[in-house]
Amino acid sequence: MIKKSSAIYGLLLSVSGFLIAALLNALIPITAPVEIVDYHIGGTVVTINIAYRIVLFFLSALFLVQGLVSLRDHDRWKKFAKGAPLRFASGIGLLLWDLLGTKWQVLPQPFFPGPAGIIEAFLIEPGFVLENTLYSLRLYAAGFVLGVVFGVGTGILIGWFPKVYYWVTPVLNVTGVIPAVAWMPFALTLLPTPFAAAVFLIVICVWFPVTSLTAQGIKSTPKVQFEAARTLGSNTFDLVFRVAVPHAMPQIFTGISTANAFAFTTLVMAEMMGQPGGLGYYINLSKVWSAYYKVFAAIVVMAVLFSFITAILERIEKYALRWQKGLVR
Amino acid sequence: MADNTKDEEIILTIENLRRIYKDDDGADVEALEDVSLKIKRGEFISIIGASGCGKTTLLRSIAGLDKPDSGTIVMDGHPITKPDPERGYVFQQGGLFNWLTVEQNISYGLKTRRVYKQKKDDVAKYIELVGLKGFEESYPYQISGGMAQRVAIARTLINEPKMLLLDEPMGALDSFTRADIQDKLLELHKLNGITMVLVTHDIDEAIYLSDRIVIMTPRPGKISNIIDVKIPHPRQRGGVEFLAMRRKLLEEFDLATALPEPEYNI
Repeated sequence: MIKKSSAIYGLLLSVSGFLIAALLNALIPITAPVEIVDYHIGGTVVTINIAYRIVLFFLSALFLVQGLVSLRDHDRWKKFAKGAPLRFASGIGLLLWDLLGTKWQVLPQPFFPGPAGIIEAFLIEPGFVLENTLYSLRLYAAGFVLGVVFGVGTGILIGWFPKVYYWVTPVLNVTGVIPAVAWMPFALTLLPTPFAAAVFLIVICVWFPVTSLTAQGIKSTPKVQFEAARTLGSNTFDLVFRVAVPHAMPQIFTGISTANAFAFTTLVMAEMMGQPGGLGYYINLSKVWSAYYKVFAAIVVMAVLFSFITAILERIEKYALRWQKGLVR
Repeated sequence: MADNTKDEEIILTIENLRRIYKDDDGADVEALEDVSLKIKRGEFISIIGASGCGKTTLLRSIAGLDKPDSGTIVMDGHPITKPDPERGYVFQQGGLFNWLTVEQNISYGLKTRRVYKQKKDDVAKYIELVGLKGFEESYPYQISGGMAQRVAIARTLINEPKMLLLDEPMGALDSFTRADIQDKLLELHKLNGITMVLVTHDIDEAIYLSDRIVIMTPRPGKISNIIDVKIPHPRQRGGVEFLAMRRKLLEEFDLATALPEPEYNI
């Protein structure tokens, strides 16, 4: 059972940092020469400070709900309570950042705007930010999915056929160490659209780790498992897809999560080197106008988006590998 | 080693089997030299011998997992060239598919033979038969070694094999679990009269289970004697006849005065 006092303490600690930040944002006057613009969204007037406070309230509400839900399960609550001091510190961190970046502007401007300043980017051009986010997402999805499919496919061929292993592995070892973006000039010249060129680069950078780890997993399947499968009536197709591939799943997922990190890097770099859209493009565009708050806004979107994608992949992995001992730590 | 069994009772005939391995130095090692053996339908036969006597090679050849250099193995008129579900094989350990639940491991053979739809109900039957009810959804890492071997036995039996080949299936188990699986094997043998071939290095196990015991000697691996065990079931492990048979077997290995060396096959 979870003690009432520890529940109240954990919940309070989780939300109070953000609420203090919101309260002091409302109370402390701005002394620096900041122009507060009124934005009209859906008939209501919103300033950067109001938007910032809405975000803080939203964060506290999110953690409050998460905390209350986790109260039903002892392990989940323990995990939630462990993060409570961190949440409080984040709120206080935001408060200090707000004071130094916006209220008093002690930090050098325009390079380090406060959190409210960053939110301004979403108020000025919400449609444009969304458009670029979706462009990045499309690019990522196309490149990542194709890369994983090709990677697992080649990995199976390399792991299963010694001849393919002999001829393809050297190619893999040489091309694998080259950062994918180095192919950018060729990709832009040879492929019909910039989008296709960027997809091509992401496919390359995903393909390498997924291929080599899939091949490793297939090759490391114990002989006894194949023999057992053969005495149970397996044909070659069964040996590959019912024995070797499932056995290789842990390695395939290691390859996929490594590839995921590579894909984010390649995605943003490709966008900064000649794409008509995307978060990398948005950063480049904003930098030209010295709109560093927009650069930060794009970075925040990336942080949220990429964490979200990584979390989804982890969920899938956890489900697919539920048969593995000690995976759930 | 006169083998005067009548032909109609014979399920499997091994003739002049020879198998040569290359060892690490490239020298020839004769794992099997001129091995001939007839196995009767429905009998429980054990192959016993010290490590390196070729008993596992012989069993693997019967399964079709190992190709002999010369000689033939014929089962019901058909020469054996490759593994087949009609000869089930239980490995010492590690044969289960870790990514499948107990239930999925047992139904594996039905799926590869494309008969899962028709024989779906068999799965529950065989789970019940080996006493694993309630563990259908468990993964191999969640069950004990003894339970894992029960799964291994059930997933071969579901293919309704003519013959069950057992490669030291109790070798990695503690002695209580071992006795438990031995009784299970006897129960299954009695139940459906399936021919069982057991490879073991445990003399007591061989006496407890077998109708006949094949004794093999190493370098080169060959059959040195075949002993009938005529003790009625259920056999008493400490019984007079049992101990007499034990003494006889120990004499076969020239171990009548000393304890047998333990063999570690991992």
